[in-house]
Amino acid sequence: MRRQMHGFGGRFNPEANLVTLVQLKSGQSGTVVDIHGGRRIIDRLNALGIIPGKKITKTSAMLMRGPVTIAVDRVEVAIGFGMANKVIVTPERVP
Amino acid sequence: MTRILLTGNPNVGKSVLFSRLTGVQAIVSNYPGTTISYTRGHMKLGEEMAEVIDVPGTYTLEPTSEAEEIALRLLDSGDIVINVVNAINLERNLYLTLQLLERGIPMVVALNLWDDTKHRGIDIDLDKLRQLLGVPVIPTVAVTGQGVKELAENIPRATSPQHPPATRDERWATIGKIIEQVQQIRHRHHTWRERLADASVKPVSGGFIALAILAASFFVVRFIGEGLINYVLDPLFNTLWSPVLSWLSNLMGGTGFLHDIVIGKIIGGEVDLVQSFGLLSSGLFVPFGMVLPYIISFYFVLGILEDTGYLPRLAVLMDTIMHRLGLHGYAIIPNLLGLGCNVPAILATRILESKRERFIAATLISIAVPCAALQAMIFGLVGARGIGYVAIVYGTLFIVWIILGLILNHTVKGFSPELLIEIPPYRLPPWRTVLQKLWIRTYGFLAEAIPIILGAILVINVLYILGVFDAIANFTAPVVTGLLGLPKEAVTALVIGFLRKDVALGMLAPLALSSGQLVVGSVVLAMLFPCIATFVVMFRELGWLNMLKAVGVMIVAALVTGGILNLIL
Repeated sequence: MRRQMHGFGGRFNPEANLVTLVQLKSGQSGTVVDIHGGRRIIDRLNALGIIPGKKITKTSAMLMRGPVTIAVDRVEVAIGFGMANKVIVTPERVP
Repeated sequence: MTRILLTGNPNVGKSVLFSRLTGVQAIVSNYPGTTISYTRGHMKLGEEMAEVIDVPGTYTLEPTSEAEEIALRLLDSGDIVINVVNAINLERNLYLTLQLLERGIPMVVALNLWDDTKHRGIDIDLDKLRQLLGVPVIPTVAVTGQGVKELAENIPRATSPQHPPATRDERWATIGKIIEQVQQIRHRHHTWRERLADASVKPVSGGFIALAILAASFFVVRFIGEGLINYVLDPLFNTLWSPVLSWLSNLMGGTGFLHDIVIGKIIGGEVDLVQSFGLLSSGLFVPFGMVLPYIISFYFVLGILEDTGYLPRLAVLMDTIMHRLGLHGYAIIPNLLGLGCNVPAILATRILESKRERFIAATLISIAVPCAALQAMIFGLVGARGIGYVAIVYGTLFIVWIILGLILNHTVKGFSPELLIEIPPYRLPPWRTVLQKLWIRTYGFLAEAIPIILGAILVINVLYILGVFDAIANFTAPVVTGLLGLPKEAVTALVIGFLRKDVALGMLAPLALSSGQLVVGSVVLAMLFPCIATFVVMFRELGWLNMLKAVGVMIVAALVTGGILNLIL
């Protein structure tokens, strides 16, 4: 997993702050940071507006490696488990 | 002639708008990918007629599925583009809009689902959007027809502002700037529809909702189908048509070559609507009296399921299971369509991304998904022996569907991509589209099935008289009798299954089969050789090599299943 640095000499953002869509909890929001996938996966997610910098909210996940459902710009999108595992997000901090 | 293309993201209402503009009826539903090939129609543009094409939905001009490739190819042939945009989700929809603008085709934007923006708390500054895009932007509500007239009037004002080619990141940056200036979102509370929407994709609640919906669908299909048969069609045929047939039969002397073709054989002293097999007896009773009621009830329920937006949610729930069969969740939609008719179902496999998935899905549909016409006959003939036998037929086909999928998943080369779909919001089905769709599909059945059914019955009678069936029956007797335990005459039904499954199952009726034999016959008929229309569409969609492979799988699977059933029952 790629590490995130906040500027030179900035505070190191610990890895625990980066999770995949699969790890993100249902009901939690986050911002897409990276997509660790091949060209095809990036293309398909791009078409649905799921790109680095986009804020998303996880609606639910099915059991047994089932798809993850997220809300992107008021639209629900279902993403297969394998693909969801490749989408890296920073969870929004719960106040 | 000017050619106008209706393009936009999937499920934004292009087909509804198309029907509004051209008056041509198109099948519309609430799930992405309803239109998988294009439909064309005409509209008046000033003094001239213009051609309008309803292009399959696409998110981008970098195609990721066959339906999107069709969209891209069509784009080069258009003079004017109407870009249909979902007003609820400008951000993502504008990506395609920008790509279209870069191509420099004159364009008008239809901002559809405009009525939804108000109660969703979305404010869009139309003038600003027009100014930033440089093309006319017309708010529309295609379902009610609002704004459609203005849209039509603005088509001649389509412009092609020069947008320079951009990279992906540049496009998203441009969209960000546009959204900032034109769109404001007000906070609002969740509606009950959204709560229900969330519940139907959660593991436990979603499972219960799916079971409830599928069970309810089944009972409603049965209820309407049986209701139409018991209270409308049976009385109609028995009190009105049977006396006419008896009179005609007497008039024609009750026997003879012509009599047997037109009226059919006399069974137990009278004309039997199912078993006589004449053009005017079985030829009319099978399609109108037995199959039509179920066509109507099935497509009515399917139409409601399609328009509420439930099907994509079912796809999410089924994804894990479908992966075991080498498919992903969205493949459940073509499979469900197959319960109506295998032909549109196999066409609908175009919404799947890879060749491997399309082959597996088409093979499974053609073998293990019985069409409504065949199911109606199963209910009619097998159901008469007890509902338990119907359950055995369905149970067997379901097990075959699963096992065959597991086997194909392990043997077919290539990989199956992951599920990635947009889930539309729940909507109350617009009755206009539900009834319109029911009419299109019912009419389609009547127009296509009736000539083939009558033709099949004619052919059957002629071949009987010529003794051709006896020759085939003797030749295939070892398989049919030895392996399947059916009388050798049953082979004629299997041969006719190639023309029409409903007629073929009807041919088993006069053979005095035991209930077990009838179950074996129904299952083998369902699995072995799809009707000719399905063959043609498989050939077109898969190519001859893959079609032959599918047929090979089909023959082996049907004989093995039939043989096993014969041993058990």
